[in-house]
Amino acid sequence: MSALASRLVQAVMVAVLIGTATFAMMRALPGDAAWRIAAGRYGYDNVNAQAADAVRQELGLGGPVLPALGRWFADLARLDFGTSLVSGQPVIDEIGHQLGASLQLAVAALLLSLLIGPPLGILAGLRPGGVLDRTLLVLSTGLKAVPQFLMALLLILFLAVHLRWLPAAGHGEARHFILPSLTLALGLAAVNARIARDAMARIAAMPFYRFAQWKGLSPRQALLRHGLRNVSVPLVTYLGLQFVTLVEGVVVVESVFGWPGIGHALVHAIFSRDVPMVQGTALVLGLGFVLVNAGIDLAVRRLDPRVSA
Amino acid sequence: MTDTPLSLAGNANRTASLAASWPRLVGLLLVALVAGFALAGPLLVPGDPLAQSLIKALAGPEAAAPLGYDHLGRSIFHRLASALRLSPAIALAAVATAGLAGLALGTLAAARGGWTERALVTLADALLALPGLLLVLIVLAIVPGTALGFWAGLSLVLWVEFFRLSRAATRETLASPAVQASRLLGFGPAYIFRAHIWPEVGPMMLTAAAFGTATAIMAIAALGFVNVGMRAPTPELGRMMVELLPYWREAPLALLSPVVATFTLLLGLTLMAGSRSA
Repeated sequence: MSALASRLVQAVMVAVLIGTATFAMMRALPGDAAWRIAAGRYGYDNVNAQAADAVRQELGLGGPVLPALGRWFADLARLDFGTSLVSGQPVIDEIGHQLGASLQLAVAALLLSLLIGPPLGILAGLRPGGVLDRTLLVLSTGLKAVPQFLMALLLILFLAVHLRWLPAAGHGEARHFILPSLTLALGLAAVNARIARDAMARIAAMPFYRFAQWKGLSPRQALLRHGLRNVSVPLVTYLGLQFVTLVEGVVVVESVFGWPGIGHALVHAIFSRDVPMVQGTALVLGLGFVLVNAGIDLAVRRLDPRVSA
Repeated sequence: MTDTPLSLAGNANRTASLAASWPRLVGLLLVALVAGFALAGPLLVPGDPLAQSLIKALAGPEAAAPLGYDHLGRSIFHRLASALRLSPAIALAAVATAGLAGLALGTLAAARGGWTERALVTLADALLALPGLLLVLIVLAIVPGTALGFWAGLSLVLWVEFFRLSRAATRETLASPAVQASRLLGFGPAYIFRAHIWPEVGPMMLTAAAFGTATAIMAIAALGFVNVGMRAPTPELGRMMVELLPYWREAPLALLSPVVATFTLLLGLTLMAGSRSA
């Protein structure tokens, strides 16, 4: 339970950090923020000093910093994220729309990486020092040094532009999933495979595993009965860390492939200084990350009862 | 290129373990190669990374521009050398700041304990829950000036790792009999830090610094690539790639040079850092 409580504290801290940062961003914006928000609400033709003043009063943009910060957090606590300065739609509606697209991409990438990485890692770990093990080491070291945007670039150039197998960008059909999720999955699989390999090599050398083989289980049975569950514990634990890569990757990869998700929205919001959208998207990404980690804490406890003991 | 043997020898003397394994040597060599190109390149072939000559747009290599020209007729060679000085400089500044802050706060937290430690750990945990790129993006929007924003944002992201490492190692060291003996002999905190804590923490810090530098360079390039990083005329690795992407058929070498340079640099840093457990 204490693990969950600490995740809760973490979530609150994340909200406070993002709230403060976006408030500072609002204050640091060049020009009069009230005018910009009024323009966002009423259209650029209908803005006058009166409307700007009304917005300033309502949001507490003028005046001393501390009361304004208080109102800012009061809004945040009521989950009132305001309206986007660009589209004029409520932020919460926009995010609800984009989150689905991002989740689809993230889940596809994660599944793909789990299909590529751990099986190769386990095979390599069963024969440490073998040809597959050494090839995998070189490959995963190389892949780790390729940033996601560079991977995206190479995949687009090769698979989309050169071979013309897949569309370079777009959203809506199943084939649009392949390139963005493959970009994310290759980076994740590079790490996955190493973790699975190290865990497998460690477990295969343990006395209980050798005993399992000695008592007459075939290599296949020994792996299924005694290997996989033990390998899955570090894998699942590291999934939490990998979600950082995934969220960062989502920001970059969505922008590159024109995927209408939350990372793309964040980059756009930053670009046009749309503070309510920045706050909303950053909060969803940060809190989502904490939530996933809390889920992983629970999953690890189920997989490995020794942790909670 | 002149500094290659020097830096190799220096490192070999300082920490035998760093030079002992060949992947680290290869990594060091790759980084030295890129650094040599960035620093010595413009001296060998003088030129201006910003000078345009539209008549030479996308032209191939020649003596004045060994890597050809980009879509605005600017020398790729000089833009690349300039970009390879800019991002590593920002990255190193951020890593130095983050390393010092993390080391100071980490040892402070371990030495003090109590509320100081709890508050710092909570802050570090909250920052850890935010994906680094997100934090850098937000800081970039607040701080005026892109290079300054990158430095501030990356420092904010990177100090957490140094903090966690130095806190864990310091806590262990402070509980050891050796430190107890030093304390009984009347040595002060400065001596204990120099004689007991730093030898433990130092090598870890070097590894973390190599990782941090790679992370920072990746972040700067990634944000440049999606158009929210460095501003237009400044040569930057990610920006160069996205600018040259539409012309890859006409000038593949132009696009390939920043790609290869970035990969070499990041691979070198990753190899230098070694595996995380080392």
